[in-house]
Amino acid sequence: MDFTFNEEQTLIQDQVDQFVQKEYDWETRQSLSNSDLGFGESNWQKFAELGWLGISVSEDSGGFGGSAIESMLIMEAFGKGLVVEPFLETMIMAGSLIDDHGSDEQKSSVLEPAISGEMHLALAYAEPQSRFNLSDVVTEAKSDGENYILNGYKSVVMNGPSASKIIVSARTSSSQLDENGITLFIVDSDSKGLAKTNYKTVDGRRASDLTLENVSVSRDNIIGGLDSGFEILDSAIDKSILAISAEAVGAMEVLYKTTVEYTKTREQFGTSIGKFQVLQHRMVDMFMEYEQCKSLLYMATMKHEEGAPDAKKAISGLKYQVGKAGKFIGQQAVQLHGGMGVTDELNVGHYFKRLTTVGTIFGNTDYHLKKYTSL
Amino acid sequence: MDLKFSEADVTFREEVVNFLETEYPDDIKEKQDKRIPLEKDEIVRWQQILNKKGWFAINWPTEYTNQEELSVTQKYILQEELAKANTPTTIPFGVGMCAPVVYTFGTDEQKEKFLPSILNSEVWWCQGYSEPGSGSDLASLKTKAELKGDKYIVNGAKTWTTLAQHADWIFCLVRTETTDIKQEGISFLLIDMKTPGIEVKPIITIDGSHEVNMVYFDNVEVPAENLVGEQGQGWNIAKFLLAHERSGIAGIAALKRELSRLKDLSSDIPLGEGTLLEDVQFRNKIEETEIELTATEFTELRTLAAMSQGGSPGAESSILKIKGTELQQTISELFVEMLAYYAHPFYLENEIGTNETVGPDYAAPVMPHYLNYRKVTIYGGSNEIQRNVISKAILGL
Ligand SMILES: Cc1cc2nc3c(=O)[nH]c(=O)nc-3n(C[C@H](O)[C@H](O)[C@H](O)COP(=O)(O)OP(=O)(O)OC[C@H]3O[C@@H](n4cnc5c(N)ncnc54)[C@H](O)[C@@H]3O)c2cc1C
Ligand SMILES: Cc1cc2nc3c(=O)[nH]c(=O)nc-3n(C[C@H](O)[C@H](O)[C@H](O)COP(=O)(O)OP(=O)(O)OC[C@H]3O[C@@H](n4cnc5c(N)ncnc54)[C@H](O)[C@@H]3O)c2cc1C
Repeated sequence: MDFTFNEEQTLIQDQVDQFVQKEYDWETRQSLSNSDLGFGESNWQKFAELGWLGISVSEDSGGFGGSAIESMLIMEAFGKGLVVEPFLETMIMAGSLIDDHGSDEQKSSVLEPAISGEMHLALAYAEPQSRFNLSDVVTEAKSDGENYILNGYKSVVMNGPSASKIIVSARTSSSQLDENGITLFIVDSDSKGLAKTNYKTVDGRRASDLTLENVSVSRDNIIGGLDSGFEILDSAIDKSILAISAEAVGAMEVLYKTTVEYTKTREQFGTSIGKFQVLQHRMVDMFMEYEQCKSLLYMATMKHEEGAPDAKKAISGLKYQVGKAGKFIGQQAVQLHGGMGVTDELNVGHYFKRLTTVGTIFGNTDYHLKKYTSL
Repeated sequence: MDLKFSEADVTFREEVVNFLETEYPDDIKEKQDKRIPLEKDEIVRWQQILNKKGWFAINWPTEYTNQEELSVTQKYILQEELAKANTPTTIPFGVGMCAPVVYTFGTDEQKEKFLPSILNSEVWWCQGYSEPGSGSDLASLKTKAELKGDKYIVNGAKTWTTLAQHADWIFCLVRTETTDIKQEGISFLLIDMKTPGIEVKPIITIDGSHEVNMVYFDNVEVPAENLVGEQGQGWNIAKFLLAHERSGIAGIAALKRELSRLKDLSSDIPLGEGTLLEDVQFRNKIEETEIELTATEFTELRTLAAMSQGGSPGAESSILKIKGTELQQTISELFVEMLAYYAHPFYLENEIGTNETVGPDYAAPVMPHYLNYRKVTIYGGSNEIQRNVISKAILGL
C-alpha cells in the first residue's frame, strides 16, 4: 500500500496549484465566470500547452498516458480555485469516453483537437424524465441508409454552449428503461435540426438544453457498437464521478479553512467567535467530513485504476459521501460566516453553490446509496 | 383538551375563504403562484386589502385599529387560509415591529403620528439594528446619536437592512452614551429616510437578489421628539421587540402549504416506472419533515394558548424560531432535490416566470429560494444564539 504520488504526479500537482494561486485569484475567476464565454479561452490554451488536457489520455489516442490519479490531482487543484474552465466536460466526460471506445478516425478528428485545445466537447445523457438513470433514454435514433436520424430532447448538457461536438445517447432498440439498445453518437453542434438553448448555471458555469429534430448523423459517428452504449456511458460517468469528487474535495478544503480563518478574526461579545465551543465542534465536523471524502476519493480512484471488482461500489460510496459532506460543509461555512456568508461578494457562497451542484451531478446521495446497496 | 373547532370558528373559516375568493387580486395571485417577486406597490395593495377587512394588524390592541379583536383560534385560521391561498407575506417591519414599540413605549403624539400610516401601509419601515461590527452581539453597536439642542446628530452605518431601498422610515438602535454596561447607552430612534446625509447601498445576495442594504448616516439630523421611550431605554425596547419578531418567524401555515405542494409536484415526476413521491427514500424525508412540522405547529399552539392565558412569549419563542427556520430550509432543500438537474439553470429575478427558462415551469425560483433561505438561520438572532438563549433561560445553564 502506498499513498504517495510519483515524481511526475507531484510535479503536475505543484504546477496546477501554482496556476490557481498565482493566476486564478477570486476577481479573475468571477470575471471569467461572468464573461459571455463563461471561462477563459487563454487559460484553456495554456492548459493545452502545459499538456494538462491530454494528461490522462492514453498514448495510443494522442495523450500522455497518465492515469486517473493525474486527473484527480488536476481536479482537486481546480476545485480549490473554483476553476470554471470545462476540463471535466471536455476531457473527462467526453474525452475519456472517446479515448476508451472511439475509433481511430474519431480519435484523430475529435479527441486530438480537444487535447490541443482547439475543440470543446460535451456529453448529453440526461433527459427531462431520466433524473440520474443513464438507461432511461427516450431520444431515438432510426437507421436511414448510411445515416441515423435522431429525434428527442437532452437536458442540462454541461459545457453545451462551447462544445462543437456533443456525444448524445439515443435509443436504437428496446424500450425506454432498458440498458440494451442505447447507442452513443458524436453529433456536430451545427447539425441541421439541432437547437441549443444556452444558459448560465447556479455554479457560474454554462449548460444547454438540446432539441434534436431529424438530426442526421452518419454511421461513422457511432462510438463503440450499435445498441451497446450503456456500458460505455456508465464507465465514462464513473471516471467523471472520480474527477468531480476530486474537485469537490478541493473546494471543501478551501471552505473549511476559510471558515476557520474567519472565525479567528471575526469578533463578537469581545472575543473571536472561534472561541465558542459550539462553532469549534462544528468546524471539527467540517474538517472530518472533508478528510473522510479524501479517504474515499483515494480509495475509489485506486480501485478504479486497479480494475478492482468492487470499484463501482467504491465510486458510489464516494459520490454519496461527497454529496453528504459537500452539503454539510457548504451550509455550515455559510452559517458560520453569518450575514457575510450569504453575500454574492464573498467567495464562500460560490463554493457552497458549486458543492450544491456537484451533489446532484451524476447522481445525488439517494441515488448512489441505492446503487451502492444494489452492487 | 380537545382539537375541535367551534361552530363559530367554522363560520369564520368560511368567511376567510369567501374573502379570498372575492378580494385576492388575480394579478397578484398569478405572480405569487409563479413565485415571481412582487413589486413594492403590489405588496402595499395587498396589505391595504387585508386592512380594510380588519385582518392586517391583528395583534394590535383594538383601540389603535378600531377593528374587531380576533381570538387566538381565529388568528390561527386566518393565517392558515391566507397561506393556503398563497397570498403575499406581509412585511413585518412596520405592522409587527415598529408599531408594537410605538403603542407600548411611545407618547400620544408618536402614536398619532406613526400608527395610522402603518395601519394603512402608507409608510414603509425598515429595521436598523445590525452593524458591520455588531451582529449577534447587537449591544456592541456604535452608530452614534448626539443630542444637540432639540436634535440628535446621527453618524454611523447599519447593515443587512432588509428592503431599505423601499423604506420611507427606519427604526434604529443608536448609541446615545458611552457607558460601562454597553446595553445602558442604547436608544430607540425613528428616522425619516429622506433626511439629508442618509445613503442606501445595495448588497447582492447569493441568489442574485437585492433584498438587503447598507445604510450610511453622515451627520443626519433627527428631531429629538423621534426618540421612543427614555434615552438609554433602547435595549429594553429591543428585547421586547425581539420576542415579537421571533414569535411570527416559524411561518407554520406557509410550511404546510409548501410541503403539500412538494407532494403534489413530486407525484408528477416520473422515476423509473413510478413517481418520485413513491420513492421510499424521498417519501421518508417528506414524512420525517411532516412529523417535525406537526410537532412545531403544536408547540406553537401550546405557546399561543399560554399567551392567551396571560403568559408572555419568552424563551419559548426561540424554540419556534429554531424549528421553524430549520423546517423552512429542509423544505427548500427537498424542492432542489426534487428537481435534480433542473435546479441548476440559473435565472435572475426578472427572468423568472418568463418562457426563457428551461425545465418544469415551476423550476426557476427553486434554487434561488434555497440559497436565499440560508439566511433564516442567521437573521432574527442566529440559531446558535437562540440555542444559547434556551440553554440560559430555560435550562438554567
Ligand atoms: C466503560 C468505561 C471504561 C473505562 N475504562 C477506563 C480505564 O480502563 N482506565 C481509566 O483510567 N479510565 C477509564 N474510564 C474512564 C474514562 O476515561 C472517563 O469516563 C472519561 O475520561 C470521562 O470522564 P468522566 O466519566 O468523569 O466524565 P466527565 O469528564 O465528567 O464528562 C461528562 C461529560 O462532559 C463532557 N465534557 C467534559 N469536559 C468537557 C469539555 N471541556 N468540553 C466539552 N465537553 C466536556 C464529556 O465529554 C462528557 O460527555 C472508563 C470509562 C468507561 C465508561
Ligand atoms: C438576509 C438578511 C436579512 C437581514 N435583515 C436585517 C434587518 O432588516 N435589520 C437588521 O438590523 N438586521 C438584519 N439582518 C442581520 C442579522 O440579524 C445578522 O446577520 C445576525 O444577527 C448575525 O450577525 P452577523 O451576520 O454579524 O454574524 P455574526 O454575529 O458575526 O455570527 C457569525 C457566526 O457566529 C455565530 N455566533 C456568534 N456569536 C455566537 C455565540 N455567542 N455562540 C455561538 N455562536 C455564535 C453565529 O451564530 C454565526 O453562525 C439580516 C441578515 C440577513 C442575512
